[in-house]
Amino acid sequence: MSRESEMGNRESSNGGSTDGWVPGAKPATATSGIAQNPVFEHLLRLADDRLVLGHRLSEWCGHAPILEEDIALANIALDLIGQASMLLKLAGEVEGKGRSEDALAYFRDAIEFRNAQLVELPNGDFAVTIVRQFLFDAWDVLVLERLAAVSNEALAGIAAKALKEARYHLRHTAEWVRMLGDGTAESHARAQRALDDLWPYTAELFLADAVDAEAVAAGSGVDVESFRSRWRQTVEQVLGEATLAIPKDGFAPRGGRTGRHTEYLGRMLADMQSLARAHPGAAW
Amino acid sequence: MVTVADSRREEILAWLDEVKDPEVPVLSIRELGVLRDVDVSGDEVVVMMTPTYSGCPAMHAMEAEVVSTLAQHGVPNARVKTVYSPAWTTDWISDEAKAKLAAYGIAPPGRVESDDLVPLRRRAPVECPYCHSVNTLVRSEFGSTACKAILFCNSCRQPFELFKAI
Repeated sequence: MSRESEMGNRESSNGGSTDGWVPGAKPATATSGIAQNPVFEHLLRLADDRLVLGHRLSEWCGHAPILEEDIALANIALDLIGQASMLLKLAGEVEGKGRSEDALAYFRDAIEFRNAQLVELPNGDFAVTIVRQFLFDAWDVLVLERLAAVSNEALAGIAAKALKEARYHLRHTAEWVRMLGDGTAESHARAQRALDDLWPYTAELFLADAVDAEAVAAGSGVDVESFRSRWRQTVEQVLGEATLAIPKDGFAPRGGRTGRHTEYLGRMLADMQSLARAHPGAAW
Repeated sequence: MVTVADSRREEILAWLDEVKDPEVPVLSIRELGVLRDVDVSGDEVVVMMTPTYSGCPAMHAMEAEVVSTLAQHGVPNARVKTVYSPAWTTDWISDEAKAKLAAYGIAPPGRVESDDLVPLRRRAPVECPYCHSVNTLVRSEFGSTACKAILFCNSCRQPFELFKAI
C-alpha cells in the first residue's frame, strides 16, 4: 500500500535526489575515496549493494503473496546480508581503523553508503521486487565469477561462496520473471511496468571510475564495464521467454557509488539502523 | 607414524561428531562438511568451520555447541575459526550420510556438476525419499532452511524436502 504510493511518486521526487549534499556535511566525492583507500571504497560498493538489497527483501517477510515465496525472499535476503557481513568485515580490516562489520552497517549515514541506486528503491509490488532481483542477480553472477579469480585470497574466497548462492537466486528469479511476463494479462502488465521503471537504474551497475580501476589493479576488484554485453545476453534471453519488451536506453540516474542517493535510502536506513543506534552494543 | 598431536586431533574430531546440525539433526557437523579441521599445535584448540550458506543462522548455534562439547570433554580453551575457502559444497556429504538424509525423509543432494548451478537450465528429476518415484515437482526453490527446497511427489501425494546441491 505505502509501497505502491512510494513507487508512484518516484518520478517526481527523484529529480532533486541526485544531489545528496547535506548542509554542514562534507560532500562525498569520488576523489576523497581514491586518495584514501580505493580497495576499501570498492569493497564498500560490493558490500552495500548486498546489505541494502538484503534489507529491502527482508521487508517482504510476512507479506509475500504466497508462503513459499515469503520463505524464498527471506532466504535470499539472508544470503545477501551474510555476504555483506563478510565483505564489510574485510573492508573494516582493509581500512585499518578498527571498524567492525556492524559499525560499518549501522553507524554510517546515507551519504557514506556506496550501493547502486537500483537496490535502494522501494520494493513496489511483487513484480517490481522480482524484476529488480532478476536484473541484479544476472549482474551479480558475473561480478562474483570474476571476483572468485582475483589474487586477494580473502575476497576470492567470499566470492566463490557467494557465487553458488547468486546462481541459485538467478535460477529462481528468472523462473518468476517468465511466469509473471508470460502469465496473465495483469501479471504481464505489472512486470512490464516494473521493467520500464527499473531499467534506467541498471546503467549504474556498469559504471566504473578510478576507484574501481585501482582496486582491480590491486587484485581486489572487478571491472564491471567488461561484461555489460554478457549481462545483456542473459537478460534478453529471459525477458524474451517472458514476452517482455526491453526498454530503450535513455536517461540513467547515477551517483550511488559516490554517496549520492535517492531519498528512499535515508528512510530505509532510519529503520534498519534504529535499534543499533538506540542501543549501541546490543547483542542477541 | 602417528604422533601425539595426530591422535589428539583424531580424539577431538571424534568428540565433535556429537555436534549435530540443529536443522538436520541426523547429520553431524563433520558429516555435513561444516567441520573442516582441528589444529592442536598451539596453546589453544582451534576448530576450523565453514558456513553452508553465507547467511546460515544455524552457524552461531553450531559454534557454541562445538565450544561447549569440547569443554565437557575437558578442553576449556577451544576457539572456532571461520574459514570461507574452499567454499562449502554438498559434494562433501558422504554416501553414507546421504542415506541417513533419505531415511530421515529429506531427498539427498545430487552431484553438483548436475544442473543445479546452471541458472537458466532445469534441474534433473528428483526422487521421492518415501516412494522413490521420480514423478515429483518443485513447489519452491527455497525451504524451511537455506539448504533445502520444497518438492511434492505426484505418486504418493506427499510433500518432501530436497537438500539443494551447491
